[in-house]
Amino acid sequence: MERTEAELIAAVLKGDAASFEPLVQKYSPRVFATARRYARRESEVEDIAQEVWLKAFSKLQSFRGEAPFEHWLMRMTVRTCYDFLRGHQRNRESSFSELSEPENDWLERFVTQPETLTDNADAAKLLIGRVLEKLTPPARLVITLLEIEDRSVKEIAELTGWSVPLVKVRAFRARGEMRKIVAKMAKDKYL
Amino acid sequence: MNLVELQKKLLAAARADVPVDQVPYAFEKRITALLASRVAVENLNLWVRGLWRAAVSCAAIALLIGAWAAFNPTTSVATADDLSQNFETTLLASVDQSDQVQ
Repeated sequence: MERTEAELIAAVLKGDAASFEPLVQKYSPRVFATARRYARRESEVEDIAQEVWLKAFSKLQSFRGEAPFEHWLMRMTVRTCYDFLRGHQRNRESSFSELSEPENDWLERFVTQPETLTDNADAAKLLIGRVLEKLTPPARLVITLLEIEDRSVKEIAELTGWSVPLVKVRAFRARGEMRKIVAKMAKDKYL
Repeated sequence: MNLVELQKKLLAAARADVPVDQVPYAFEKRITALLASRVAVENLNLWVRGLWRAAVSCAAIALLIGAWAAFNPTTSVATADDLSQNFETTLLASVDQSDQVQ
């Protein structure tokens, strides 16, 4: 008979580390999908996921069972991703002059024939990836959660552990930061 | 160039790019093995920490008793000699008795 989540967690807390495996198996897809929003290399994604599960195991005593385990785990995942961003602030100073050909083409088409562009273009994905990499860690986290994952301010506050006013302030600053980066991209391309 | 529109387009592209949720093969097994080794190390650390605490406590008690024995005014040299004499007599009592019988 399959054990419930609460039973598995209780068993882990009693010292049966093997009972943690079904939980890892069940929730790893969500952890990996979230980590892939913040890390590009697969080795980095795996490191984040591993860190999340090690933290989850060592802090399992703090899980009170009032909210679903998944919510508790996702909070931990988002915070681990944020720590990762703070620890890997690379490429923030580089310019946009070394854009690839498809990226340059996409930008040119945006200027000449914007109606022909689709949201699913690989070049646009690469460009937004570059823009996001240039954001500061809090700005990147807020833009990802608010604008890309379409979450509410309250949800972001719960996930990040920040207060609602702090999320609003950071969202305001993040939008400004992103505007500046997009403007710099346009300037590097056309000036 | 309309920057607001460009930003909107880029964010729309990011929204359309849903990350895959693929997990590497046997990832959960790797995590469980890692946790098991960590638990073993933690248990060992627990023992080592406990033994160190016990050793420190024993050393502290030994020091306290030593200090008490050295500085206690009632433990004069004479009583210390008596004590060693008594100890020796008690220890060798059986030998003395067997000598007397012979």
